Parts: sequence; structure tokens; C-alpha cells
Amino acid sequence: MAQPAAWRHRMAERGVDWQLLLLGPATICVLGLFVYPFCYGVGLSLQPEGGDVLASYRRFFTDAYERDTIWTTLRLALPAALFNVLASVPIACRMRGRFRGRRALTTLLVIPITLGTVLTAEGLLNYFGPTGWFNRILLSTGIVDTPVRLTNNVTGVMLSLVITGFPFAFLLIGSYLAGIDPALERAAATLGAGGWQRFWRITLPLLAPGLATTFCLTFVLAFSVFPSAVLVGDPAGTTRVISIAAYHAAYEAYDYSLASAIAVIMGVIELIILAAVLGWRSLLYTGSTRGKG
Amino acid sequence: MSGDSQRFTRLRLEGVTRRFSGTAALSGVSLTIEQGEFIALLGPSGCGKSTALNCIAGLLPLSEGSIWLDDSRLDTLPPQRRGFGMVFQNYALFPHLSVRRNVAFGLQMRRLPRGEIRQRVDAALRLVRLADQADKLPGQLSGGQQQRVAIARAVVIEPSLVLMDEPLSNLDAKLRLEMRTEIRRLHQSLGLTTIYVTHDQEEALSLADRLVVLRAGRVQQVGGPEDLHTRPANPHVADFMGYRNLLPMVAGPRGGATVLVEGGGLRWHGTPVGDINPGQAVVAAARPEDVRITDPGDPSAVPAAVEVVEYQGREVAIEARCARGTLLHLRADRRYAPGCPVAVTVDPERLLVFPAGAGNGEEP
Repeated sequence: MAQPAAWRHRMAERGVDWQLLLLGPATICVLGLFVYPFCYGVGLSLQPEGGDVLASYRRFFTDAYERDTIWTTLRLALPAALFNVLASVPIACRMRGRFRGRRALTTLLVIPITLGTVLTAEGLLNYFGPTGWFNRILLSTGIVDTPVRLTNNVTGVMLSLVITGFPFAFLLIGSYLAGIDPALERAAATLGAGGWQRFWRITLPLLAPGLATTFCLTFVLAFSVFPSAVLVGDPAGTTRVISIAAYHAAYEAYDYSLASAIAVIMGVIELIILAAVLGWRSLLYTGSTRGKG
Repeated sequence: MSGDSQRFTRLRLEGVTRRFSGTAALSGVSLTIEQGEFIALLGPSGCGKSTALNCIAGLLPLSEGSIWLDDSRLDTLPPQRRGFGMVFQNYALFPHLSVRRNVAFGLQMRRLPRGEIRQRVDAALRLVRLADQADKLPGQLSGGQQQRVAIARAVVIEPSLVLMDEPLSNLDAKLRLEMRTEIRRLHQSLGLTTIYVTHDQEEALSLADRLVVLRAGRVQQVGGPEDLHTRPANPHVADFMGYRNLLPMVAGPRGGATVLVEGGGLRWHGTPVGDINPGQAVVAAARPEDVRITDPGDPSAVPAAVEVVEYQGREVAIEARCARGTLLHLRADRRYAPGCPVAVTVDPERLLVFPAGAGNGEEP
């Protein structure tokens, strides 16, 4: 009976763990369902119908209508992600500790996650639209003379991105905050630090790496925005985001090569932003957030 | 280090009460602490000692009562305006700041000039013998070193009062003894008024000038180490101060300074604490080291059988059972075999007799 255990131990000493073989099926799935299609897409983007290998990429970058989708998307995704992170911090900070109604409040803040983009868009159109309640209230109270345009433009998409992105940011930041030892702020208080100083000097530096990670996640969510850009945006003009450009290329112009090129460009832009944010994060203190090392 | 902030003569707690959702963790605690004193708040877990410390630090608001520093009311001030130094049980060092910046934090909050901060931080780090670790992060230090940083951080601001919340409970036994000496040395050299919370009676006895024993949120006894060690006020304090033998008995007639107590097959003379009347139910308390193995011919000797023997270096701890089943804890200078019959006794002045129920109700 001792033989197999000893053999396993010898293999473990050499860094061989046979239980890792259980990952096999999952690896095959990832290869088949993600890696292969990804490589296939990259290949497609390099096989345009006419011209040389990079012709699709050149077409995207030389056509201002296509190229501008990058800025259109960044202009939506960066502020939305930033807003979601920055708005979550004070709310999550206030929601620490135990108080009556905490669960109800958390539920209320998080519930938009369950709604889905289409339902949110529908609600936005009904509520913020030219004949929605919001405008009707403004009109009837005489604050405005003509309805405020809040849908079918950049504002509408931004509202949608905030409604669906905020709960993610809030939940993530809440759990990062919960990981920070509350004794640290108490210690800072006994040393003479007021509320702001405690936040700036203790909580924020310890929270910053978490903020960077949260920003990355909400940015990626916002950057691939498609449904809300179509439903509550202005998909032919001001909210023609990069995923709409890819969709048009693939399913209206049937130019799979261009569509794949746009998808690759999209991925590269996301990677650049993530690399920048994570590069900044690596400069921060990222160790333990407990008072005892 | 000489401070100008420690000019107070006494800290007064008046009827300090703190309730958590209806139940009182601290009820009506009144206490006066003179400048320069080392006070230990002592009690089992849940007795309210940490609550008391947090109330003094300002980290918990009071439910009732008030705290005064001489003539100025303290309990309405937020913690950052009280100017006390606090050492936390888990150290609570800022993990992202170097040792130097941890210690400098309180001085920076006081907006002192850079040069003075540097000077005082260096002095504080020398005091706790960590000058060579100044640029490390707390996570790179050992537990004992982290604890010394926490102490340096609390004393560098020259606080009028240092609060310590079980600062040694996370250290191993050897380090705990070393740090205990270190804290006593610091107190002797700086003379800072200190309130020290602990559940370890030995720690409290060795460090404090005065001990405050708490139980269920109430002060049981206040006194010097010798007072508490030899004259506990009630069975609870006795229990906490190492009187492991707490025997329910019945009082007999008094004879001079002593009283006869009987019960559980034992018949001993003891020293009454408080009013004891014949026939009254009492608790007789004795430390294991005061229960002796004696000659069977001794008139006060009680026969018992050795059950458990623990080797403890210079002596052995013994658990022996009397004929009627009463279990006695005692010490002996040599090993006895389990089952060995012995005769045990205790000197009348070492057996304290309390009225049963003393210390259970309101304060005497």
C-alpha cells in the first residue's frame, strides 16, 4: 500500500501533479471554443478579398468614418468606467459596517445587474424619452420649454453604461474595502487623523490597486458596448461605436476580413488601456491590507 | 523625550456605561487614574475591558456617563482630538508605509516641522531598538518587531495617555516575557500614564501599579498587585487571580481571626473575607501553591488520592481527589504516582472564606 503513495510523492517532488490532468477536458474546450476561433479570426483579417495582407487594416484606418469609431467608443467607455469607479468609492465607504437597511440598500444598488441591457434600454427610452415621465415632469413644472434630449444620443448610452456598470464596480470595490482592516482607520484616528486624512492617507492608498482592477473590468464591459449603443444611442452617428462598425462589416457588407480586422483592433486597444492601468497599478503598494503582516 | 502635552493630573471615568443593542458591556464604571500611573484593566474575555479602553480612546461613544481629563470633558471629543496613543492587539500598522513613516504618521498629523519629525522618529525607533529597520515595510518584520513599531508609533506623539489593548497576546511565550520587560522599561523611562488591557493576571501583576478587575462590565476590585494577589475581594476575583481551588462549603463557628468551614469531606480553618455567620453557605478559596501535602497525623490533614501529575520544572502540579469526591489542585516538590494516597492541608491564613454569591450582584 505504501508503494503508490511514495511514487506519487516522488513525482510531486519533481513538480508533477497528475491531478492536473483533470484540467484536460476544460483545456480542450478552451482551445476549441476560444483559441481556435481567435486564431481563425486573426487569419481572416489578414486575408482580404483584394490587396495585400494588411489591406483590411489599412482600409479601417484610412476611412475616417470607420477610424472615428475608436474615439467614439473611448469617449463613451473611459468616462463611464471612471464614473462607475469614482461613484462607487464614497458609496461603498459609507456602506461599511452594520446598519439597519443595509441589505435592502445593497439589493437596490445591485439589482440593475439582473435586468440586462435590453430591459434597461427599454426603461431608459420610456422614462427619459421625449414623452417620458422625466420630461413630462420638467415640462409641467415649467423648468424647460422643450423636452430635454436624453435618449438616442451619447447621454442615453452613457446612462445605460452607468446603470449596468455601476453595480459591478460597487460590488467589487465593496469587497476590496471589506478586506482593509478597520483597525487601521481607528489607529489613524487615535494618531490625530481626521476623516479626510484617514481616507487619503490610509484607505485610498490601500484601495487603489482594487480601483485599478475594477476600472479595467468596467472599462472592458463598456468598451464592447453594442446593444445600448443601438437601442438608446444614435447608432448611425454619434454613438457608432467600434462594435457596430464590426457588425456592419460582417453582416451588412459581408466583408469578414474587415470585420475580423476591426475585432482585432478592438482587442488591441483594450489591451493598451489595460496595460497602461495595470502598469500604473504595479507602481502601487499591493501587499496585505491587514494591520498585522 | 519630554512632552508638553502630558500636563494633566488625573483622568476620571464617571459612571461610564456602554450598551450594545440593549445589553450592557460596561455598566457604571467609575475610576480615577493619576498621572504617571500604569493601570491594568484585567478580566476574562467579554468582561468589558476592551470596551472600556475603546470608550477612553473615543472609538466607541458612551451610552451613559462621562470621562474627564482634569476639568475638561473628554467623551464628547472625537478620537483624533484626544491626543492619546493607542497600541492595538493586532498592531494595526499601516501596511503600505515604511516603519519610519508609520511612526511619523502622528507627528505629520500634528503638522510638525520635517526636521523635528525626523529627530523624534529616530529617537523613538532607537528607544524600541529598531533604528536599523526604519525603511522596511511592516510585513517584512517579525511579530515582536511589529509590536515594537506599534509602541513607538503610540509613544512618539508624547501622548498624555497610552492605551494598550492586549498588546502581547499575539506573541509566543518567550517573546511575550521579553516585551513585557520592554514595556515596563519604557514606562519607567518615559513615565507615560498607561492603561493596559489584558486577560493575563501574571502580565497585569508584573506590569501595573494598580489593577482594575472587571467582570460582566462591572468593577470588581481596584488595588495594587499585592492587594489583589493576597486579598481578593470576592470569589470571582480570587478565581481570576489564580485561586484554583474554589470550594463550596458551610461556615461553622468562628475562632479568633479564623472560621471553621466544612463541606465535601473537608474540615478546615480559614480567614473570613467580609461578614460570615455560622451556618452560612460560603466559598473557600486557596491557591494550588498554598495547598500542601502533609503528615497524615496533622489534625487538619485530609486524605486524598493523586489523580493527575503535571511536571512544571521546579515543582509538580497535582490534582488530587478527596474521599467525598472534591477535587483539589496543589503543588508538590516531587512526583507522586497516580493513585498514591496523600494527606493534604492548607494554612488558615491562606484559605480565604467568602460569603457564597459575593460579587454576583451590585457592587458592594
